[in-house]
Amino acid sequence: MSRLTFTLLSEPPERLDLSPLVPARLASMAMHEVEKIRLGVSKHSLAVGDVFRLSGADVSAIVFEGGSRRFDCAGALLDSGTIRIAGDVGAQTGRRMSGGSILVEGSAGPHAGSGMSGGRLEILGDAGDFTGGPLAGELAGMSGGTLIVRGRAGDRAGDRMRRGLLAVLGGCGDYAASRMIAGTLAIVGGSGRMPGYLMRRGSILVDRMPQMLSPSFVESGAWDSVFASLADRHLIAEGIAQEPLLGRTVRRYCGDNAVLGKGEILVAAQGS
Amino acid sequence: MRGLTANGVAVDNTFAEAFGMRATAIIVTAPTRKWALEAVRSMIGFATSVIGCGCEAGIDMELAASETPDGRPGFRVMLFAVSSDELQKQLLKRVGQCVLTSPGSACFAALDATDRLKLGSALRYFGDGWQISKKLGGRHYWRVPVMDGEFVCEATTGLTKDAVGGGNLLLLAAGNDQALAAAEAAAAAMQAVPGIILPFPGGVVRSGSKIGSKYKGMIASTNDAYAPTLRAQVASALTADINAVLEIVIDGETSEAVAASMAAGLRAVIELGPERGALRVSAGNYGGKLGKFQYHLKDLLP
Repeated sequence: MSRLTFTLLSEPPERLDLSPLVPARLASMAMHEVEKIRLGVSKHSLAVGDVFRLSGADVSAIVFEGGSRRFDCAGALLDSGTIRIAGDVGAQTGRRMSGGSILVEGSAGPHAGSGMSGGRLEILGDAGDFTGGPLAGELAGMSGGTLIVRGRAGDRAGDRMRRGLLAVLGGCGDYAASRMIAGTLAIVGGSGRMPGYLMRRGSILVDRMPQMLSPSFVESGAWDSVFASLADRHLIAEGIAQEPLLGRTVRRYCGDNAVLGKGEILVAAQGS
Repeated sequence: MRGLTANGVAVDNTFAEAFGMRATAIIVTAPTRKWALEAVRSMIGFATSVIGCGCEAGIDMELAASETPDGRPGFRVMLFAVSSDELQKQLLKRVGQCVLTSPGSACFAALDATDRLKLGSALRYFGDGWQISKKLGGRHYWRVPVMDGEFVCEATTGLTKDAVGGGNLLLLAAGNDQALAAAEAAAAAMQAVPGIILPFPGGVVRSGSKIGSKYKGMIASTNDAYAPTLRAQVASALTADINAVLEIVIDGETSEAVAASMAAGLRAVIELGPERGALRVSAGNYGGKLGKFQYHLKDLLP
């Protein structure tokens, strides 16, 4: 059975909510029913058939041939199966996903992987602000799974993150892991100002010193870290990184002491 | 009881009787092989027999740096006990007192099983609130701050209820030198089999025991039937040409591992021959009434 493929006909004239197009919701539907699913969020109210040409039948492996910055909530609430998007996506890709995997071959808008609790979301291009973060009013951001941004992430990546692994490989903006509760954020390629702003617990792993460290982080030595080896080896084993991010010796900065202060920024000793 | 002869070594037509046990395994690593070995030797010390030590423990195998979770040299260590509770108790005491304390050490799960024993999830309290929980790829680690950095310890390790304790070979020789040569050859060959430990010093035990004693409160006493100096006084199992007997005891993760290890030991003793090593090979049993597992020597011959 070939993969269920949505081929984009042309750039959609309005923002689309793609959250209905996940395996669990398409499993029991006939093709003509799928074509009638409403995706548009304005008075145009576009349906699947207006935007995409459908082919294939295997709903456990969904492909979007062509992407758009107007594709919102792609793969939201995904719990199993795979989604591949050959192009860009808009906001909230993989929002609250709990399993399965999503591959975005282009770039993603804000709130990619927002509140995800499991599975794997990989973005080959850049990601917007609040990657993995909560929506306004929510208490926690990402709470599990693996989120990979191969390009650059915007500001506040891993905001209020609670569990799981977020890896940004092309550097990230300011306030990475702001208000972090726990979990691991790995950043290759440099981070902007004040990473770990108001973080309580959790680990930020960086290959070089951030642009500016908050004064409420305190240096606490460089030691041969087994955890650094485990993290490095995990990143390589998962195909996230090609080479060790931290190395054997890491320098530790504890913070944010403006709050609980049990978090840490681990910097590769040769980069600090 | 006399059975076959192989390469001049007599092999008794008898069997080793072994018991079901609970077992677990961990990997201990350190910055160097020397310190990994220090930690491990300390941890498996005084763990020869459940009769007096609470558990039986030993090195299953050495692991190269490329084979351990953290890329440092290490050893896979196995612990065996008669109950899950006792195994849990012994594991925490030994890792807590001997591995946690050893410079640069780390400790990882080395047995895949649904039944789990606490490891780091109990030892973490040493961190007095500064311990850090980390989950990477489905594995849960605790980082406990210590004076040379951090003790990293996996939260739990597996427990198997299919383990076997008490597989054995008795090596009967003309003199002490030959008995020791046979025992060393057998122990080296048996230790090479994965998934087993030889809990006694160097893998060899000279004080084989029988159940019971003339003294009240002694649950085991000397195996007089195999003591050459008592040949004239008890119902001895020894013929006039035997003057020294040594035993190898095997604990294995599975019954298959015990059998494979015994077969390897038997092969090594037979290859060594009767002049340099053992004249006769036998095995200890209780008539087949007590143990769940029986390993017949004739089935294990090369």
